[in-house]
Amino acid sequence: MANMVISEMGLPKWIANIFAARNIITAKEALSLTEFELMEFLDVGLAEVTSAVAHISEIVCPPYQTALSLMEQRVQNEHLAGHLPTRLKGLDEALCGGIPFGVLTELVGPAGIGKTQFCLKLSLLASLPASYGGLDGRVIYIDVESKFSSRRMIEIGMKSFPEIFLKKGMAQEMGGRILVLHPTSLSEFTESLQQIKVSLLQHQVKLLVIDSMAALVSGEYEQGAPRQHALGWHVSFIKSLAEFSRIPIVVTNQVRSQSRDDACQYSFQVQRWDDTKEDRTRYDSHLVAALGVHWAHAVTIRLVLESKSGQRFIKVAKSPISPPLAFPFNITSSGMSLLSDGGFELTGPDINTIHCQGHNDIINFVGESLQ
Amino acid sequence: MEVGRLPISASQRGKLISAGYTTLSSLSSLSPSVLAREVNVSDTEAAQILKVASHGSRLDGSEGGCATINGAQTAWDMLHEEEMFPRITTSCVDLDNILGGGINCKEVTEIGGVPGIGKTQLGIQLAVNVQIPVDYGGLGGKAIYIDTEGSFMVERALQIAEACIEDMSESDGLLRKDFKACQLKMHPNNILENLFYFRVCSYTEQIALTNYLEKFISEHKDVKIVIVDSVTFHFRQDFDDMALRTRLLSGMALKLMKLAKVFSLAVVLLNQVTNKYTEGSFQLTLALGDSWSHSCTNRVILYWNGNERYAYIDKSPSLRSASAPYSVTSKGIRNSASNCKRIKMM
Repeated sequence: MANMVISEMGLPKWIANIFAARNIITAKEALSLTEFELMEFLDVGLAEVTSAVAHISEIVCPPYQTALSLMEQRVQNEHLAGHLPTRLKGLDEALCGGIPFGVLTELVGPAGIGKTQFCLKLSLLASLPASYGGLDGRVIYIDVESKFSSRRMIEIGMKSFPEIFLKKGMAQEMGGRILVLHPTSLSEFTESLQQIKVSLLQHQVKLLVIDSMAALVSGEYEQGAPRQHALGWHVSFIKSLAEFSRIPIVVTNQVRSQSRDDACQYSFQVQRWDDTKEDRTRYDSHLVAALGVHWAHAVTIRLVLESKSGQRFIKVAKSPISPPLAFPFNITSSGMSLLSDGGFELTGPDINTIHCQGHNDIINFVGESLQ
Repeated sequence: MEVGRLPISASQRGKLISAGYTTLSSLSSLSPSVLAREVNVSDTEAAQILKVASHGSRLDGSEGGCATINGAQTAWDMLHEEEMFPRITTSCVDLDNILGGGINCKEVTEIGGVPGIGKTQLGIQLAVNVQIPVDYGGLGGKAIYIDTEGSFMVERALQIAEACIEDMSESDGLLRKDFKACQLKMHPNNILENLFYFRVCSYTEQIALTNYLEKFISEHKDVKIVIVDSVTFHFRQDFDDMALRTRLLSGMALKLMKLAKVFSLAVVLLNQVTNKYTEGSFQLTLALGDSWSHSCTNRVILYWNGNERYAYIDKSPSLRSASAPYSVTSKGIRNSASNCKRIKMM
């Protein structure tokens, strides 16, 4: 509503004309000026400017809802109260039903840990008919790293939902609901996002997957500051996309090793800097999420996939509804499965660190078993 | 006072000055029709100018007196008033202690921290706690939650509201017997009903809403807290003109401060963190830059200290800088005590 035109706001004719004459067309332009600047530009008194600004503000500002009406709306209008179940029992319980609609959910983890596997499974789940607990809709899968494998996806489908996929034509129908895009550059990605915005509502799209977000930027910039700002527009666009079409959006993020530039302390903590430095040299395989702190603020749920002494874990690292839980998992022919549904709770730095120890063994093992 | 400082339009000011009326006293004895003729404006305009001018000179004159300045208050009265106002508890006793009892009304408090530290949790907790009835030492007010990031979770608000009512009934069992009557009044749905949620999608809307809040709150007098989660988000994207950003932010901060004073409510701004290069190393600091850091009365930083979440008072005119541990449980923000183990959700 920021670009609403002032002349259509029902201001008194004479002052609306002055706004137009001074080339202040949209609410955004008017509200970016202070009242005194407006007095100068429009050449009218303070009282008139104040009432005009108040009027514009009232029209531009979004309507309110009480939290109660918000909740009732969700429960009434949305299947499963606005969650896409992952079918991983423990994780679903922790997240109050699954991946929530309307927000960004991020998967972070080292290469080969199973991010894409998880995304494939989610895509299938969203496309399943409602009678089987799916969302019965289309899925848009933005595959930046060219890792999408239809064969693997059908395999997961066959193994996890044989009753559906063995029916004649069903595999084709399920597969037909998943649209895969291959943007090769950030600008191409931007373009397809804008197209997606239109088609989301028309085509019953129920899930958007972006695999991976980090690959888009790391291809274009070397390191450091520009990376953050390059995604600034995309962050708010994707968030608003999730919000207004009320669908879950899942993005993946790579890891990189921590560099000296990554601050993790405030200035008032600095006296303890020396102790932690020693700590860090011991763990030289320290990994952090590839997109920086700015991006991390933007995601609502962050799931970290890691491996620790040969065992893979999925951690709820950031979530407004769940405590920080970790679940051991492995990747089987039917996709990801949890080894136990009762996760254990994490404390302190463990929540956000990404371990990658003894990881290579598992990749090889799984790689062989897939072929 | 000079004509140049009157809140009238630029062209009227120009006409006054070019006609020789530079001071207010020169305008004081004029009639509208004389002024209209001399300055070459319409009669109604002239009448308006005189009205504004006489208002201005009245303010001017009173500056001479010492205690009777319009709107001024003695420090003693302010102290008294401050004690009258209950503070909004955070539900974490340690955190309340370092905050001097909780979040103060009439002040703007900024709370910042890394992603996942519990900013939104604290925001929702405060929006619920402000509704604790006066009988239970609360404010019995309503809350406005301005969500710029889309991170508000209504399921979570419900959990926290349920836990809050549970805690109240527990403490009540110890204090008195007539709980039944009160229990009927408080239902989680009542708490959610009194939480006004605004979803803001651009910085223009954020400014518009800040302007509009004054009207909204005068229609909903019971609002005792305004939470902005987060103040940063829209101002961190697509801004090329940093000077404009600083100006808009400080304008917004001033309006929020005025709201806090006029309606004696608490304003809580949640902020994100960023990296800052100082003294040869990168450090974490709250976002929006140095000039923004002057805009808030209090600044609280949430951070990880070993295995525990801590809150640190980075800036406050009345509190000493201190830090205290807290924890985020399924019930909301609570004391961090190793002897009281968290209750798992499942």
